[in-house]
Amino acid sequence: MKIRRVLAINAAKLVCAVSKRIGKQGATWAGKVAMLIYPSILKELSADVKKKIYAVCGTNGKTSTNKMICSALELEDNKVICNHTGANMLNGVAAAFVLAADKNGTLDADYACIEVDEASAKIVFPHIKPDFMVITNLFRDQLDRYGQEDATAQLLSDAIKAVPDMKIIVNADEVVSTSMVTANKNSYITYGVNKEYSGNQNESQVIEGKFCKLCGEKLDYNFYHYSQLGDYSCPKCGFKRPHIDYNAEDIYCQDYIEFSVSGIKLRADYRGFYNIYNILAAFTALSQSGEKLNNFQKMLDNYNPGNGRMELFEIYDTKVNLNLAKNPAGFNQSIAAVMQDKTKKDIIISVNDKDQDGIDVTWIWDVDFLKLSDPSVNSITVSGIRNKDMLLRLKYEDINAKAEDDIDKAIREKVLNGCKNLYVIVNFTALLSTRTAIKQLEEEQNEKR
Amino acid sequence: MKKGEEYSLVIGHLYPDLLNLYGDRGNIKCIEKRCRLRNINVRTVTFEYNDTVDFSGLDIVLLGGGALQEQYLVCQKLKAVKDEFKAYVENGGVLIAICEGLELLGKYYQTDKGDIEALGILDIYTKTGSHRLINNIILKNELWSMPIVGFENHLGRTFINNYKPFGKVLYGYGNDDKCEGVMYKNVIGTYLHGPLLPKNPQVCDYLIKNALEKKYSKSISLPILDDKEEKDANAFMFKKLMHRNY
Repeated sequence: MKIRRVLAINAAKLVCAVSKRIGKQGATWAGKVAMLIYPSILKELSADVKKKIYAVCGTNGKTSTNKMICSALELEDNKVICNHTGANMLNGVAAAFVLAADKNGTLDADYACIEVDEASAKIVFPHIKPDFMVITNLFRDQLDRYGQEDATAQLLSDAIKAVPDMKIIVNADEVVSTSMVTANKNSYITYGVNKEYSGNQNESQVIEGKFCKLCGEKLDYNFYHYSQLGDYSCPKCGFKRPHIDYNAEDIYCQDYIEFSVSGIKLRADYRGFYNIYNILAAFTALSQSGEKLNNFQKMLDNYNPGNGRMELFEIYDTKVNLNLAKNPAGFNQSIAAVMQDKTKKDIIISVNDKDQDGIDVTWIWDVDFLKLSDPSVNSITVSGIRNKDMLLRLKYEDINAKAEDDIDKAIREKVLNGCKNLYVIVNFTALLSTRTAIKQLEEEQNEKR
Repeated sequence: MKKGEEYSLVIGHLYPDLLNLYGDRGNIKCIEKRCRLRNINVRTVTFEYNDTVDFSGLDIVLLGGGALQEQYLVCQKLKAVKDEFKAYVENGGVLIAICEGLELLGKYYQTDKGDIEALGILDIYTKTGSHRLINNIILKNELWSMPIVGFENHLGRTFINNYKPFGKVLYGYGNDDKCEGVMYKNVIGTYLHGPLLPKNPQVCDYLIKNALEKKYSKSISLPILDDKEEKDANAFMFKKLMHRNY
């Protein structure tokens, strides 16, 4: 079947090159073409990966965690396949492999780090048979896509069953994931934050993980870190947070993050408690597969999350911080991270309702926007397709905001005439247009210099 | 409402820890806010998992949506106070029931594990459809000039016999492509979450007005509020989906 394999790879490369030329992201199409020509291509190529394959799943933090695992492995001079573009369904995953192969059909890779969409995992896993699966968390997300909230856990459970030898790396603090993982037969390892961290302000309402998935009883929580993450136990059936194998201790989480795990002190120069979990997940995955961790701190030093994950710009002396948030848990964490900066700030929020975002934006009512009611907030501008919904949502917290349909105008106004410290929180499809607007301003500035 | 007149309302939020689909909290906030802006004293009593609902003293009851397992639990809880619940409704108590809450009001609802006997507050029933109906939705009810906009996400199809629907479907699915939800006395049952009330202040005011008139046994006219943001958000969705203004 060598001929079909070579044909599939070269056709995919061609498709990718053509779509890039016409200005489209070609990964998904390239993968689709390859899979059509040779349906076993993904199975074969992934079998050629010399060492380990990691799959990263979960509602929030997939891309960042996966990128960290990949960067750490690359720092050790490994060749790593990674779906950097974020195309995380079957065709996108296939593309990552076929585009990494050479035109003779040979793949030279030590590792693969693949983020996989929750609904696609059960289709992707039988092809690539990961050695390790990281589950970051299962928050409420896109009910309009999955129908009901337990559906995501069920989808991942089906995916896990398809690969019995795969080891699961799971966030012990997140009850929806642990309930699902402990009910499955695959072996697992946990990470988490054992003790309550005083710097976290509890959100006013926890919406998920209130009831025991095993017996239906209301769970007791000793404390919450944020959303449903915390220390839980079931008074009826005894189900409780599992023992934490990789525990973050001595946490500092303000203008930067610092903590110890397995006796190693780690520091990252970005904000947000959720980043502790992402770092822990990557650290645990690498430890479990027996990788050297000497350069893990160096990875964190070099690591630029990029692409709207707390991405920093400086334009006309204004600090611009762009952050993606797609669901209530993500938004609440973004807001918490923004509010850790006590200095004066302008805020722009952009919410779209395209298919990839979820056409249902009602989740904004489960976000605790009241936290933005603070003297340090100089102004709030709402943009994106559903800015009228956002404006109304903020009205309910007695927060004054201005609506601006045009994100370019909104960004330009605050960069040029704001208080020099701008935070932009956007959901999925709003990210691209917002980032383009910021990049354009950045270029404009560079030309003037 | 004249100066010096004191009004108060008590909202009963039934089992928000079990039924807490997107936005239910927004409905409570909306009723509270629109009462406070009119100097109506308002407070919300929340009944959770271990509580038994006491309908006496409640003026507006909200029963929200949730997952199937939780719906079943709530159904068992409410069966214990079924007669009181029914009396509340028959006496003109205001009730807004959303998604699974709507299904619970009927005689039974189908699940893949068989029919579940529901509360029988209304003579309606819910069957399981072949697929979930998930979409934006717009309704028209002759009571209000403003359309009702929202989001629907339901597997159940509710059959309302001779009751009035909550609205005629202009966009979306509803019960049967033509009608959505149910109205009876001071009850509104609907699949619209979103939350329903903030973008549809006319519906919220309808609940508040009915609750006050019932409680104080006289005709009430509510002071008009500045609803610019509400109207803008409502009109935007109407235009986005219908490609015209209303």
